[in-house]
Amino acid sequence: MSADEVVGQLESGMTVGIGGWGSRRKPMALVRAIARSDVTDLTIVTYGGPDLGILCAAGKVRKAVYGFVSLDSIPLEPWFRKVRQDQGLEVAEYDEGMFQTGLRAAAQRLPFLPTRAGLASSVMDTNPDLRTVTDPYGGGEFVAMPALRLDAALVHVNRADTRGNGQLLGPDPYFDDLFCLAADRAFLSAERIVPTEDLLEEGPIQTMVINRSMVTGVVEAPNGAHFTTCDPDYGRDEAFQKLYDATAKDPDAWTDFRARFIDVDETTYQANVTALAEARA
Amino acid sequence: MTATRADVCVVACAEAFRGDGEIVCSPMGTIPRLGALLAWSTFEPDLLISDGEAQLLAGPVPLGAEAKAPKEAWLPFRSVFDVVAAGTRHVMMGATQLDRYGNQNISAIGDHAKPTVQLLGARGAPGNTANHATSYWVPNHSTKVFVEAVDYVSGVGTDRAAKEPEAARFHDLRRVVTNLAVLDLGGPDGTMRVLSTHPDVTVDEVVAATGFELALAGDVAETRTPTRDELALIDQLDPQGARFREVPRAADG
Repeated sequence: MSADEVVGQLESGMTVGIGGWGSRRKPMALVRAIARSDVTDLTIVTYGGPDLGILCAAGKVRKAVYGFVSLDSIPLEPWFRKVRQDQGLEVAEYDEGMFQTGLRAAAQRLPFLPTRAGLASSVMDTNPDLRTVTDPYGGGEFVAMPALRLDAALVHVNRADTRGNGQLLGPDPYFDDLFCLAADRAFLSAERIVPTEDLLEEGPIQTMVINRSMVTGVVEAPNGAHFTTCDPDYGRDEAFQKLYDATAKDPDAWTDFRARFIDVDETTYQANVTALAEARA
Repeated sequence: MTATRADVCVVACAEAFRGDGEIVCSPMGTIPRLGALLAWSTFEPDLLISDGEAQLLAGPVPLGAEAKAPKEAWLPFRSVFDVVAAGTRHVMMGATQLDRYGNQNISAIGDHAKPTVQLLGARGAPGNTANHATSYWVPNHSTKVFVEAVDYVSGVGTDRAAKEPEAARFHDLRRVVTNLAVLDLGGPDGTMRVLSTHPDVTVDEVVAATGFELALAGDVAETRTPTRDELALIDQLDPQGARFREVPRAADG
């Protein structure tokens, strides 16, 4: 499939989970395709980074569900910050372990799972729907973390085959398999699509974290996590991230960024990224 | 070799990990990381410390040398949350706000529905404080950080934990290390107490830089200064002087 075909399967108002972590291995080609589409009014569920930020900047987000939102090397995500401060974007903010518990519940088709994380914190006050549950075996009271069920999940992997088997070659798989299991439909973008029999040439069987039963469709997207990290294929494009960071403070910079790096197809995007890097060198 | 304020802070952070034994030590920030590495190199040889990504280092290495250093285990984020829940961890986090009961805010300033300043989010602070030892590092001790009431409780303090048995069960706030002093939650009703002030810092200065009433340990001591060996180790672990970006030398202004 193409990134635009994936977005063609999304509808306004959906709850969409995005894999990766902060500014690490985010499915940015798919995120950009959403940003330039007609789809809007989304609930975005994410260990948040520029995925959430760009969708906020493009006006696509009705609600954000997260444990944190950060660009890692730049601690605060500029566009998430801006829409929160200027417009009071609706959010469900959880402890990041609770967030994993919510994905687990969704993956296991359970309404909730108990956890100690969140007790006595403001997470309980700012999520008025959140309930506690009493240990039926005679113990104490725990948070009943509701399932974070997703209409769709978007994940970027290092390698995949056409059938939807996904390989993660970097040091951390994050929660990408859980995102896939928590979703009605999961879509992978991959640095490279290779024949199934070649997948084990670059890593051991333990790197084959995502299997085809979890996945609806695969898009080949070389450099598709840019500007976030995609170890071991490439690291973060810190100069580009700084350029993105500056767009939240300067409407003209955003207009320019949007014209060159969002409202263009993937081939043009990658050509513009290359041209920018060459101009800097 | 004379100890700088930053060096004193490194030792104070190291001391926060004394007695921890074989647990995952997770320092956030340069000086806490140096403190953890110093403790690991000297009196806490069983600590486990990450490379900042998904692996545990096999032994202490200088800042910036993590990538190529030998590793002893794999600890991706999914496993970190399991370790958190298992309780075999001591985290030292930062804090944008801290109140007298050790409630910490790293989420947002102002009304959470429409903050005046959006910060990181709750991160793992609620789960950390509910599950295992937690300390804080504040490089800029001021009334802006040490406030009467925090705007959002990310890390749970002693007063709120005391109201919920399962939040209190493993709640364990250890130390608050700042650029001026070392504190704990050993004051009346679990309130913040000054244990020691750093050399050349008076108790009055600490009180003036704090936005709530502080308890004082019977005899407020002077924070211990690094030994010659510790100073040499700190220099080895931080050859570039990254620690002075958190706590500047007088000459750095």
